[in-house]
Amino acid sequence: MSSEAPSFARRSHGWMGIKRGHRARPLEWIIEKGIQLVSYSAIVMVFLIFIFVSREAMPIFLGQMDSAAVRPALSVDEAMKLPKEDLRKYLDMTPDEFVKADAEVIKMLVDLRIESSANETTDKDAKLNTTQWSHLLGPYQWTGYTKPEYIWQPVGTIHKYNIVPLLVGSLKVSFVALAFALPLALGAAIYVSQLANPRTKEWLKPAIELLAGLPSVVLGFFAMIVMATFLQSVFGYATRLNAFLAGIALGLAVIPLVFTIAEDALSSVPRSYIQAALALGSSRWQAAYKIVLPAAIPGVFAAAVLGFGRALGETMIVLMTSSASILSWSVFDSARPITASIAAELAEAVFDGHHYRILFMLGTLLFAVTFSLNLIGDIVVHRLKRRLEGKA
Amino acid sequence: MNPHDLSEPLPAPARFKRGRFDMWAFLFTGATGACTYLIITILFVILGNIILNGHSNFTWRFLTGGADKGMYDPATAGVLPMIVGTASRIILMTIFVIPIGVITALYMTEYASSTSWHIRIIRGAVANLAGVPSIVFGLFGWGFFLNFIGQNMDEILHPGGASAVWGKPALVWASLTLAVMTLPVVVVATEEALKSIPQGLREGSLALGATKLQTVLRIVLPQAMPGILTGGILAISRAAGEVAPILFTGAVSYYPELPKLLTDPFMDLGYHVFILSTQSPNIEQTRPLLYATVMALLLLTFVLNIAAIIVRAQMRRKMRLLQ
Amino acid sequence: MAEITTARMASDLVSSSMAPKTKEVINLDQLSLFYGTSQALKDISLKIRENVVTAFIGPSGCGKSTLLRCLNRMNDLIDNVRIEGTCEIGNQNIYGPDVDVVELRKRVGMVFQKSNPFPKSIYENIAFALRLHGVKKKNELDDVIERSLRQAALWEEVKDRLHSSGLGLSGGQQQRLCIARAVAIQPEILLMDEPASALDPLATAKIEELVMDLKKDYTIVIVTHNMQQAARVSDYTAFFYLGRLIEYDTTLKVFTNPSHKQTEDYVTGRFG
Repeated sequence: MSSEAPSFARRSHGWMGIKRGHRARPLEWIIEKGIQLVSYSAIVMVFLIFIFVSREAMPIFLGQMDSAAVRPALSVDEAMKLPKEDLRKYLDMTPDEFVKADAEVIKMLVDLRIESSANETTDKDAKLNTTQWSHLLGPYQWTGYTKPEYIWQPVGTIHKYNIVPLLVGSLKVSFVALAFALPLALGAAIYVSQLANPRTKEWLKPAIELLAGLPSVVLGFFAMIVMATFLQSVFGYATRLNAFLAGIALGLAVIPLVFTIAEDALSSVPRSYIQAALALGSSRWQAAYKIVLPAAIPGVFAAAVLGFGRALGETMIVLMTSSASILSWSVFDSARPITASIAAELAEAVFDGHHYRILFMLGTLLFAVTFSLNLIGDIVVHRLKRRLEGKA
Repeated sequence: MNPHDLSEPLPAPARFKRGRFDMWAFLFTGATGACTYLIITILFVILGNIILNGHSNFTWRFLTGGADKGMYDPATAGVLPMIVGTASRIILMTIFVIPIGVITALYMTEYASSTSWHIRIIRGAVANLAGVPSIVFGLFGWGFFLNFIGQNMDEILHPGGASAVWGKPALVWASLTLAVMTLPVVVVATEEALKSIPQGLREGSLALGATKLQTVLRIVLPQAMPGILTGGILAISRAAGEVAPILFTGAVSYYPELPKLLTDPFMDLGYHVFILSTQSPNIEQTRPLLYATVMALLLLTFVLNIAAIIVRAQMRRKMRLLQ
Repeated sequence: MAEITTARMASDLVSSSMAPKTKEVINLDQLSLFYGTSQALKDISLKIRENVVTAFIGPSGCGKSTLLRCLNRMNDLIDNVRIEGTCEIGNQNIYGPDVDVVELRKRVGMVFQKSNPFPKSIYENIAFALRLHGVKKKNELDDVIERSLRQAALWEEVKDRLHSSGLGLSGGQQQRLCIARAVAIQPEILLMDEPASALDPLATAKIEELVMDLKKDYTIVIVTHNMQQAARVSDYTAFFYLGRLIEYDTTLKVFTNPSHKQTEDYVTGRFG
């Protein structure tokens, strides 16, 4: 090396200098591990969501809740034979109180229960535990009704927790949303990706994606204040806020999602396919319809699945456009989807009570269903991309 | 025409002339084009309706007024507490989500090998997080942040305290819930930016004897800055309009003071739109106020959205220049 | 046709001095490299001398670039790469368990096929490299940057715009900036991966001049698919084919009197 070598290039021990090993930089090692740990936070969050939402719902899944307004009173002898823990629960005492109370006090309390039960309502439904799965899913003939029915009526002395009307409401609204959004978004995706000239495309795409920037509460507001009146005057149905209106408004929220995924799938079909078709003498629309669309069909399917997941999970729009939770398959009747029930009722539900737990159970259900839908959608999109890129 | 019958001679020269009107082409292009323009028309109808009905009430007094007197009366009500509440929660959220999102993306693109199972699981989790319904985030925030972390903090920090300090709806819980929700947005945008950086830059730096961390901090991250910015703006614009996750975790229908502490509840612009539309005693009277509030919310989210689009377009142009 | 090529090469070879027999600094022994299950390098044994230019030639996909990247462990960046055999530099196995790759790369510099200046100013491009090595003082930085740019024959062209972006330079200038950046930190060995392949003939000539000039200070290993270039600049030449080292000798010998039929076919342009 020439004599002008500056001081920084000091080399010690010849080539031995490279033998310092990774331990030479402990700080860097720590930071690297830190980065790795932080990157796991997404995984941790998914687990925490599942755990903390389903934890509140566990007693419902395990059948440990009892929503009966009235429990049958036991005679003194029967009560004294109960195991201590059951006796304490029967008397609604805290462990502290129970320890302090002697046998006399307990006998007195049991007598009190017998007396008070004589004055309670005679409605046979009050003795039912409506959080059992048979009541959550099956119809029941409530007092005053002429036939077994599916009823969601969580507030009142008798809590009616049948979730079928909510499930039907969610499905009904989502199907209307898809029926409205899918054709529109798909048509637009084909037009923008295949047929529009590049200069129009440049502003069409962001314009449609701008729709995704509309907060759902704004769409809900627009549906409730403007669209409700407009649609009612066009179709002339009776209920102003109904599943049809909710579905159309929800469709507006689903359109940008379906459009983006479908457009992406259609655009990732290699240009060579189209050029080959054009070289064989087909027109642009034939190439789009017969070559590009079939090649991208899994992407279109995925767009529909993910759109459905989005529709099921959307809250504010359906909260603002739904009213009564009645069971009906007609789209012109009111519907109350799962999400709307959770949003509207959780604040009023008693903390740790059965209503509260059932709402969390619905949340768990929603999480599980959208989780599966998203998984299917993502797998399909991923496979399609790999295939079109020729990696599989 | 039967395509197999090639023996029949085609009237060759005529084939090159513009054929008769192609009915199917017209229908197909027309139908798909109509879909496109219908969507755009709907968008403009919504925007036009809101601006037409909202602009007259969109005054300085409205923007700086409080909610303490006549919350449903357009003549007296203002949205300052809601604007401050919404701004506070999205600023806090950004502080939580950007570092975690950027570090996750860095790990996936710079550190882990692209075939490792770590990456697959992280990517799966991120994709999944993006698809979780917003109301489930609300339940999660309530169950985890508020009732688990918040109540435990109360027990440790304020044992025997009469009222809950942390275990109640608060700005910090709403922001954290939103940060979990917008994590995928930041991860995906940052990842896209990191992947578009030419490999040659990394190799050039490493070949000079830079360590991996030096390469990441001094060469890779500065290049990814516009992408991170885009991710941040997209996350903010997504979170700004979300209501469901903050329903149980922080937003309240009436709290006319401006939030000062992390543990304060707050009024929120989006939630206020919901309150005004559903709780007003006289919807006809409230309507102008409602429109102006929606306009304020839209202005906030659209400005952010358009900013994201512009930053991203500029970033792509710059990257094209680099390659 | 083949004769003309050979004749022109002979004239190039005359200009290159007789290969000096300096100390051997790089010693490859039975080196094999696998990408997953496919083997890219097969049992390569090779000794490279100090302060000479060694050229790796061979048809595309013969493994010459892969081998070059083994010498400063740039292949570590690729997933699924497995290496067998030893690669010693200065009697240290660089694939040994306690080797610090960062330290290795500081001493085995590299110039890439595609010029890769950082999106910073010309000054900052070189200063970045120097700061990694602890040079922080402004006047010291200024000195070394000027010297490196002079060494890379770029100083006269850029001295007035040191603080404008490195991306604003022409292709050949960018590549010389990368060379300046690599020599600024004074590595002992300089690896060049087809440094002139994307450049026009004038810029190529400048780079070649530079390579011959740099060899008094550095051990240079250059990969090229341009045989004239190998003949012009190198003292020793290694010919690779399908992942194997076919022939390694002085450049004069490889180009005028190769011992293998395949080498002869390649250097006379019969295939490749």
